[in-house]
Amino acid sequence: MSSFAKPLIRRKDAPTNDLGLIRADYDGAMSTLCAGCGHDSVTAGLTRAFFELSIAPHKAVKVSGIGCSSKTTAYFLGQSHGINTVHGRMPAVATGAVAANSALSYVGVSGDGDSLSIGLGQFVHAMRRNVNMLYMLENNGVYGLTKGQFSAAADFGASSKKGEINEQPPLDPVSLALSVGATFVARAFSGDKDQLVSLIKAGLKHKGFALIDVISPCVSFNDHKGSTKSYAHAYKYYHPAIHADYVPVGKEITAAYQAGELLPVEMHDGGTLQLRKLQNGYDPRDRARAMAKVFETKDSDETVTGLLYIDETQKDMHALNRMEARPLNEIPYAELNPGADKLEALQKKFR
Amino acid sequence: MRPTNVGDPDYFHKVVDCQWACPAHTPVPAYIRLIAQGQYGDAYLLNRASNVFPGILGRVCDRPCEPACRRGRVDEAPVAICRLKRVAADHRGDIEAQLPKKPAKTNGKRIALIGAGPASFTVANDLAPMGYECTIFERQSAPGGLMRSNIPAFRLPEHILSEELNYILDMGVELKLGAGVESMKALLDENWDAIFIGTGAAKGKDLILPGRDASDRIHIGTDWLDSVAFEHTENIGKNVLIIGVGNTAMDCCRTSLRLGAKTVKVMARKPRAFFKASAWELDDAEEEDIEILVNHSPKSFVIENGKLVGMVFEKMEYTLDDAGRITGQSVSGEITIPCDDVILAIGQDNAFPWIEKDAGIEFGKWDIPKVDEATFESTKAGVFFGGDAAFGPKNIIWAVEHGHQAAISIDKYCQGKSVSDRTPDDVKLAPTKMGMFEWRYSNAYDDSDRRKMRHVELVDRFSKLDVEVELGFSPEQIATEVERCLNCDVQTVFDAPLCEECDACIDICPVDCLSMEASGQPEDALRTALHSTEEEQALFVSDSLPLTGRVMIKDENVCLHCGLCAERCPTAAWDMQEGLIHIHHANDQDAGGGESLS
Ligand SMILES: Cc1cc2nc3c(=O)[nH]c(=O)nc-3n(C[C@H](O)[C@H](O)[C@H](O)COP(=O)(O)OP(=O)(O)OC[C@H]3O[C@@H](n4cnc5c(N)ncnc54)[C@H](O)[C@@H]3O)c2cc1C
Ligand SMILES: Cc1ncc(C[n+]2csc(CCOP(=O)(O)OP(=O)(O)O)c2C)c(N)n1
Ligand code: SF4
Ligand code: SF4
Ligand code: SF4
Ligand SMILES: [Mg+2]
Repeated sequence: MSSFAKPLIRRKDAPTNDLGLIRADYDGAMSTLCAGCGHDSVTAGLTRAFFELSIAPHKAVKVSGIGCSSKTTAYFLGQSHGINTVHGRMPAVATGAVAANSALSYVGVSGDGDSLSIGLGQFVHAMRRNVNMLYMLENNGVYGLTKGQFSAAADFGASSKKGEINEQPPLDPVSLALSVGATFVARAFSGDKDQLVSLIKAGLKHKGFALIDVISPCVSFNDHKGSTKSYAHAYKYYHPAIHADYVPVGKEITAAYQAGELLPVEMHDGGTLQLRKLQNGYDPRDRARAMAKVFETKDSDETVTGLLYIDETQKDMHALNRMEARPLNEIPYAELNPGADKLEALQKKFR
Repeated sequence: MRPTNVGDPDYFHKVVDCQWACPAHTPVPAYIRLIAQGQYGDAYLLNRASNVFPGILGRVCDRPCEPACRRGRVDEAPVAICRLKRVAADHRGDIEAQLPKKPAKTNGKRIALIGAGPASFTVANDLAPMGYECTIFERQSAPGGLMRSNIPAFRLPEHILSEELNYILDMGVELKLGAGVESMKALLDENWDAIFIGTGAAKGKDLILPGRDASDRIHIGTDWLDSVAFEHTENIGKNVLIIGVGNTAMDCCRTSLRLGAKTVKVMARKPRAFFKASAWELDDAEEEDIEILVNHSPKSFVIENGKLVGMVFEKMEYTLDDAGRITGQSVSGEITIPCDDVILAIGQDNAFPWIEKDAGIEFGKWDIPKVDEATFESTKAGVFFGGDAAFGPKNIIWAVEHGHQAAISIDKYCQGKSVSDRTPDDVKLAPTKMGMFEWRYSNAYDDSDRRKMRHVELVDRFSKLDVEVELGFSPEQIATEVERCLNCDVQTVFDAPLCEECDACIDICPVDCLSMEASGQPEDALRTALHSTEEEQALFVSDSLPLTGRVMIKDENVCLHCGLCAERCPTAAWDMQEGLIHIHHANDQDAGGGESLS
């Protein structure tokens, strides 16, 4: 039988979440990516995080651009809202959607090509505006969909599948995000699902723009010797440094840690983010230290992962622009459209 | 936990839940695939190699495979395994040329088989083609044991039974009817090379209560069914009470209806959860308007003017604990229920009045002979037991398996070999990959519901005693039901050095039964990681993975054998391979075996 859609099967002993749903209820269509693609693993991480946070699928919105990574919005949360935009334009569309309805959970899925080349401008401005969304940048160092050209994230000295060497410096989404004022900056690896899921959960709960730069190997075009984004390379050098466990309101914190090892960050929804395994005084609330850490490790092989920076105190786009908190579709029509006179009066003010 | 040794022949066997649960280890998924391909004859022969009587068992098997079926873990009902066995038998065509044959020459060894039930017939089936001269002695006028005398013809038609018995008789087996063996010592004096005792456990239990001896309308169920089968009894009163609620009771109540009873009540002492009868037998009886009354404990027979007119019952009340076990009971009153006949169906015992105490065969508790559970040898060398005679009443498929095992022992005994030196099972793996996303089994999950057996209309059913109630599966039902089987014998085989640790298999698995975890963890930690709840089933643990040294783990309990892990694996570290479990019978003990997988 040729490959068939992953069936929705209810194991009689399948665990359920607070909504009574099982993990499989968060699945989407069958993936058409290459077998073994890291992006599928990120997709699985997203389903697990939404399931574990008990977010109803119809309360979620998926937005993406163009690329193998961007295709994946079809492969999770089949019962949610979504739009696949043109190349590099996902942040603008997401910004508009968030403006219209801030009561939903937004997840943007993009690639290193989509975000760092054609979409670079959109990407930075969404961070600057602190749009309340989770932004997954599935980073494989290449344009996977167009058969493996180097992307702007390709490391200096990395070789392509055909053997040519990249001689241009890479764009690092993490340092970029820190420099433009992003309020949640994390790095992850598709092969470490536990870390990835806790970061996704934290990012979804963060009020503002949450970037997760996920190393997500392209098995077809960038998994060879000489690649710095292969599975073998990632497993060898990735270094989980700062864990972030989201603990919802009212839930006990069970694990015990030594003093100083644990740093709690209070989240907007009343839950707590438990940061742990912090090295010698590293404080992810300190942007300068975060910048330093990222630059220190930039030229080494080691890839630091985890929640590198968080600032829960900044205003998100809504607060900053004093925007309407109610979703536009819940506002009575008369209020939403006060009439031609009101428009006339407003226009007068600007003449 | 240490890495799993998949070379252990039981490891993959246990994954095939139905085959593992079947006493004779019938390769269920393999025959279902043959049916799916329209190869009914081959499906029949594959069945027959294990269970000898596919036509009979396809109708009346106790089917321990079905509650075990993996499908039941993700769906309301298991695969209709038994019904599909009947499909193979119904459509097998002419397969006689492919049956084991009467040998050109015998080996001169004479084997006496006492009792013509399924146990003795299986021994003969295995030994006669090897050259043994088998003689079956049967007290009754026709062969088959309880399959003929107690299982009613509306469940098992006579021609189906006779046809499959004749296959074995045609192998050169001698059958002596009306030849009850009266003395073990006399039999021993006849110098048989080996003796097999397959005389069953047909002594129905009596119920000694006031009034028991005052009427001839109180019957012992097994004896009564026997006299119906041999046409000594042709009618029964209008109102019949059946005491007991096991499978014998179900046959008695349904037979009563066919002999002219108008109301038949089955009287149960305990609540429904404690009924011994199989769920489908209860369903079939209730479909025929049999009333089952719970919590009635028989107290006495009511006799008026020397005639049975009713029975007195105590009405019982039970207290149950959370697990549903009875913790206390009390009597809340009494009730008299009028009746013309009472049939006692409260169990059977073994009885061997013909085996003299000093014949050299030791008996243990409950007058059950001391029989070795692996070799079926009694305490007297060369005398073997099997079927209900060995360990008390079981069922046909157990009698068959006993027969296979006893045949191995008899062959070894006659050849002067040790009976306990038996060839262990072995497993061979065969690839199923045909190409990209192409396997030679139907791996896609089909979510169809179990097909329901069609029955003869109620009005037509009672016209004769032997109208078979079940009609068999229609072509549409066959086509659908075969696809419900998950092919549990197509095993997920993992090759750790190939794994890239990309998570693709874990992510695609529709039942979340895979994970990669740190090595060296205890079993319960690994089970927790997989939300694994059923400890009866194995947890697979791989060798260390090349990149991180972690291990791949898999909960065998819920895997659907859908092959998606193998389809999504970029390096074919997971592969789907058909596991052929080779179970050695008497005729291939020398074929080697015990080979392990490389
Ligand atoms: C009412 C009823 C319904 C049943 N329904 C089912 C069912 O649906 N499915 C199922 O799997 N099982 C069923 N069983 C159980 C099944 O029939 C038995 O487990 C099975 O037949 C046992 O086979 P056997 O070869 O051990 O002996 P039996 O079938 O009991 O055969 C023993 C034979 O030995 C003969 N015999 C006894 N003593 C002597 C002697 N001294 N000399 C010569 N011959 C002798 C008897 O006459 C008999 O023919 C049922 C049992 C009963 C009572
Ligand atoms: C406007 C426009 N320019 C170019 C392309 C061609 N194109 C398709 S995908 C892609 C790059 C995708 O790379 P990335 O975002 O890293 O995704 P990946 O496939 O690697 O996951 C490009 C350049 C396009 N579709 N549209
Ligand atoms: S080309 Fe690369 S990025 Fe695209 S699906 Fe295949 S492995 Fe994934
Ligand atoms: S699904 Fe098929 S192979 Fe698996 S236990 Fe059921 S009948 Fe047997
Ligand atoms: S065959 Fe593979 S994907 Fe399918 S259920 Fe089993 S482990 Fe999961
Ligand atoms: Mg890319």
